[in-house]
Amino acid sequence: MALEKPITVICPNGHLSYARLEKGSFESGLKSSPDAVCADAGSNDVGPYPLGSDTCTSPEEWQRHDIREMLLASRKLGVPMIIGSANDCGTNKGVDKFIRIVKEVAKENSLPPFTLASIRCTLNKQFVQNALTKGARITGLDGRSDLTQQDIDKTDNMIAVMGAEPIQRAVEGGADVIITSRTSDCCIFAGFALAKGASKDMAYYFGKVMECASFCAEPYMGKESIIGTVGKDYVTVEACHPGQRCTPASLAGHAMYERKDPYFEAAAGGTIDMRACKYEQVAEKATKVTGQKFIESKEYFVKLEGSGRVGDRRYLIVGIRDPMTIKTIEKAIEWAKGKVTEQFGENGKEYHLFYHVYGKNAILGDMEPVKETKSHELCVVVEAVAENPARADLIVTLGARSIFYARLKTKGTAGGAALLTDEALEAKPVYRWTMNHIIKIDDPYVHFPITYEKIGAK
Amino acid sequence: MNTRRLSELAKTIRSKNAGPDYITFDIIFPDKESYELVKKSKAITVPKVAKLYSVPEKRIVSFVEYDPGNAIKFTFQREKPNGTLGETDLFGCQQYGPLIDYEISV
Repeated sequence: MALEKPITVICPNGHLSYARLEKGSFESGLKSSPDAVCADAGSNDVGPYPLGSDTCTSPEEWQRHDIREMLLASRKLGVPMIIGSANDCGTNKGVDKFIRIVKEVAKENSLPPFTLASIRCTLNKQFVQNALTKGARITGLDGRSDLTQQDIDKTDNMIAVMGAEPIQRAVEGGADVIITSRTSDCCIFAGFALAKGASKDMAYYFGKVMECASFCAEPYMGKESIIGTVGKDYVTVEACHPGQRCTPASLAGHAMYERKDPYFEAAAGGTIDMRACKYEQVAEKATKVTGQKFIESKEYFVKLEGSGRVGDRRYLIVGIRDPMTIKTIEKAIEWAKGKVTEQFGENGKEYHLFYHVYGKNAILGDMEPVKETKSHELCVVVEAVAENPARADLIVTLGARSIFYARLKTKGTAGGAALLTDEALEAKPVYRWTMNHIIKIDDPYVHFPITYEKIGAK
Repeated sequence: MNTRRLSELAKTIRSKNAGPDYITFDIIFPDKESYELVKKSKAITVPKVAKLYSVPEKRIVSFVEYDPGNAIKFTFQREKPNGTLGETDLFGCQQYGPLIDYEISV
């Protein structure tokens, strides 16, 4: 099927519900009656904890807010709503949760009947294990080694990242609302555009430019809506907020946002090629892009994201105001580390102890070029990670109190640190990314089954 | 020869995770003129960035002069993937700090 007429999609939020979508620009964009309402709800930026523990980082209240706004708007217009990578990590549990919220919102608002499609991921650890056992190469991304048995063993939870095909099929299957497990960001939008007959060249780039919502416009504003149009051989993007514009510079700038390469972006099934992109301002707030390509890969690879638990974490925060101690803070930390080593052995073996010195180099660490500390006070965040909470508590307490007791040349003899509190602060366990790899699959659909159900029907 | 701070010439200076294993830096200029000026000055190159951040050059996995965006872009291999032991910048979005006052001879 070829594209009959240009189609438009509104995107109200990049990483849905990490903060709530802004209603003003969303409502103003809806006035132009877009053909779909789409958003990506996933991100790796939040770190490996939510995936590893199969939880999320966005509050359910904000998720409900954004889902309600999108659902009511799309049902009013009678157009599809698509949310990809449900619940931050796009696990099946996250899909279940978003489906529950959709149903609750539909009921509360007595919405007329509609078809809900959920797409889940069945590619699990056992599948990866079998592939590895059979000798398949599971290629590491971004400087990682290929997947090993140890990586699998250390993975508590994992997900495979779907491409555009299952979403395209659900749209073609008549779904009004689609909630998916982890999906390549661009494929949420590409799936819809492909179902409407857009070329792959246009559809994938369209997704790429749309998925972060107002981040592709200028000046910098998050959580505002944008509207994209896909034509036969062009994509146009327009900012909805009155203070924002999509310009050639803002779209070209966005092409390199959070990507290593500004010209190429990999997605399941191929690579978006932006080398020949031409950008043209076609209206005050809109820019048209032509020349984008999609290079299909010969074999179909999907990305794997996996996370495994490392240990339990506790923090303590101490402040330093004594100018003499500020000058010798490294000595104080060395002394404190020494006390911990005396009791618990070498740092980095059975426990990990960190001193983040705010006011000196907490953010850049050894990469910090400013070597001379000019702050009149320092904040030292002491972080301990160990095999259980009690152990982490002990280590962080000793690590922080030993700054208090550090034996330094100073005039103060009643305690060397201002304790914000002396009870260790509870924190979530530490996880690490165990998988950032790609695996070959035979079929883009088989691991991502679609379930349809009728909502609101009597 | 004059020196200018990078923040006087660029309109955007930012850093951000590019997946869990990379941090990418974008320096975007308001126009072709300022972009070409900095590009020609050779003040931002792999060896100079490596020196500014005290990292071995091999940690810089890519360096691109991106003409369509009037931008210079480079990417670091993260020492550790984001959000794990000892993380200090989960999104990698404050790593650009030293570039703000970086001086360029023009």
